[in-house]
Amino acid sequence: MNYRSPLTLKTLLVKSLVVVATLGMAGSSRADITVKGSDTLVILAQKWAEVYMGKNAGTKIQVTGGGTGTGFAALQNQTTDLCDASRKIKAKEIEACIKAFGKRPTEYKVAIDGLSVFVSADNPLKEISVPQLESIFTGKTRNWKEVGGTDAPITVYSRENSSGTYEFFKEHVLQGKDFAASAQTMPGTAAVLQAVAKDKHGIGYGGAAYGAGAKHLAVKADDSAPAIEPTEANVVGQKYPIWRYLFIYVNPALDKGEVATYLKWIRSDDGQKVVKDVGYFPLPAVLRDK
Amino acid sequence: MSPRHTTGKRSHGWMGLHRGHRARPLEWLAEKFIFAVSLSAILVVLLIFLFVAREAAPLLYGRMNSAAVQEVIPVSEFDKLSPAQLQQYLGLTPSELAAMDRATLQSLMEVKVEALAEIPAAFREDPDARINTTQWRYLLRSHQWTDYAKPEFIWQPVGQIKKYNIIPLLIGSLKTTLVGLLFAVPLAVGAAIYVSQLARPRVREVVKPTIEMLSGIPSVVVGFFALLVMATVLQRVFGYQTRLNAFVAGIALGFAVIPVVFSIAEDALTSVPQAYTQAALALGSSKWQAAWQIVLPAALPGVFAATVLGFGRAIGETMIVLMVCSASVMSWNIFDSARSITTTIAAEMAEAVSGGPHYRILFLLGAMLFAVTFVLNLIGDVVMHRLKLQLEGKR
Repeated sequence: MNYRSPLTLKTLLVKSLVVVATLGMAGSSRADITVKGSDTLVILAQKWAEVYMGKNAGTKIQVTGGGTGTGFAALQNQTTDLCDASRKIKAKEIEACIKAFGKRPTEYKVAIDGLSVFVSADNPLKEISVPQLESIFTGKTRNWKEVGGTDAPITVYSRENSSGTYEFFKEHVLQGKDFAASAQTMPGTAAVLQAVAKDKHGIGYGGAAYGAGAKHLAVKADDSAPAIEPTEANVVGQKYPIWRYLFIYVNPALDKGEVATYLKWIRSDDGQKVVKDVGYFPLPAVLRDK
Repeated sequence: MSPRHTTGKRSHGWMGLHRGHRARPLEWLAEKFIFAVSLSAILVVLLIFLFVAREAAPLLYGRMNSAAVQEVIPVSEFDKLSPAQLQQYLGLTPSELAAMDRATLQSLMEVKVEALAEIPAAFREDPDARINTTQWRYLLRSHQWTDYAKPEFIWQPVGQIKKYNIIPLLIGSLKTTLVGLLFAVPLAVGAAIYVSQLARPRVREVVKPTIEMLSGIPSVVVGFFALLVMATVLQRVFGYQTRLNAFVAGIALGFAVIPVVFSIAEDALTSVPQAYTQAALALGSSKWQAAWQIVLPAALPGVFAATVLGFGRAIGETMIVLMVCSASVMSWNIFDSARSITTTIAAEMAEAVSGGPHYRILFLLGAMLFAVTFVLNLIGDVVMHRLKLQLEGKR
């Protein structure tokens, strides 16, 4: 493939701004950390920043969302220190990072997220299996009665294809197959939830953090497996079939001083307590930093 | 005879400066400055188009390759590669290659191997994985992909095998735009006839600015309203299945189009000379007959121009369609969902890898949209200009 990195006025400008910003910072003792990336993680990242800044008055942390891909682009342009990601980094993105700063970004697992499957509260269905989900979201199953519901057509709600959640769902639940063309794409998990709440034949998916407003289904790994509720014990114990790690990526050259302390804190018991407050699932004890 | 004719032909000089008077230097300078400023707008339009077209260009030359499975050279053969081969394989510029040390280059090669390993085995064997999906035939024509029962038009730009067929997006844009125009044009033209021909002056003073105020409502607010209120109400009235569909988006688009069509149509109707109406009334026609049978036919090109400009406004509108519906269905049914070109660009640009095939295709869509709206605006303006000259009797 013939990608040429656009070394244009824009990158020059960004670089000179970064230089100016570092020069400016050298004078003060305050440490500034910028965090950018996944929209799924943004609420959690803000809460972490808030709690951490409350304890360490000298540190200023700025958090912005924009999507996992946007975060990786910023990591590669070195316009952010930390990149929040709701999926693993792709080889193409590692390649861009190596081209930009010569090293692979360091990966930290920071939390666990179970993806819930939402239906309207009026829907009598209680549980669903992963193969059935695949069939519904690829458009093969079009009526609720085929999966044990009432005789009504299914409306499928999905996420925009820029979302990490979309990619995760496509790879792990749809086994890489295409979403049905008729799937309505919504700009966020909250929008999916709201659409499903208003549409009694709707089905959607999203992070467990947004659980209120519609009903979630218990999920079976396959048609003969037991149905599992997306509770903390089930997700952390890896019994619930649709779960993923949430990550933070960092340029190894920046992983020192205040940034390293912050990352260590996020993965400590204190940081993981915040994860629980926001509604995601903390890392199992073996993965935490002491 | 008017005084203009008694003074004879008057020289207008260059750019309106009369030779007879001596222009003061400051005025001269100010005039040149304003002239330059007005030119800059044209320049900016040109630059934007050039930029958009440049970003899409590699696609037109067929230089992009989006095949999922590509040839991979194992890292152990690093020393056998010449710098030129390495540069081509890793997609680097000569200066980038020179700046990198051995370890960096080797890790870049490792990543290529990892990229292949990242693809699930099922896809590595799939013949579709070797297709460069950015070729024109995959962009414009249907293709029977693995797992599909028949050839289909598919827009799925993210995934293992990237499908970039733009036909569903074109249909989505046209579908919502046509619904919007069918809803907005009769209403707007009707209102324009009423305001310019039939209404009492006091009514006109209230109605005209009120309709024009519609254009001041931010489209994100219209979209929000459509998403939460109109979608539910319209579904209850018409009883269709998909709650968020092209019909709702089209009606909401109508609100953005009405003020455009109204103000141009009203302008055209008002510029029909009073003498037309007066002659009709003197011959015994009613006010309604004069408006409908005399003034409207005379201003018809203007109404056409208004429709064309309204079309340009609707097809370029982003936020309303983005908020209301966005499923890339290949269907002309207005009660199915739709995904417009503008929605696609707005929703996907932020995540598309800069310089990658997806990014280029979004720019291609942008260039197409730009060309369409530019031509439509040009047609609208030319028609309107000619009509005015005609009605003023200059042609």
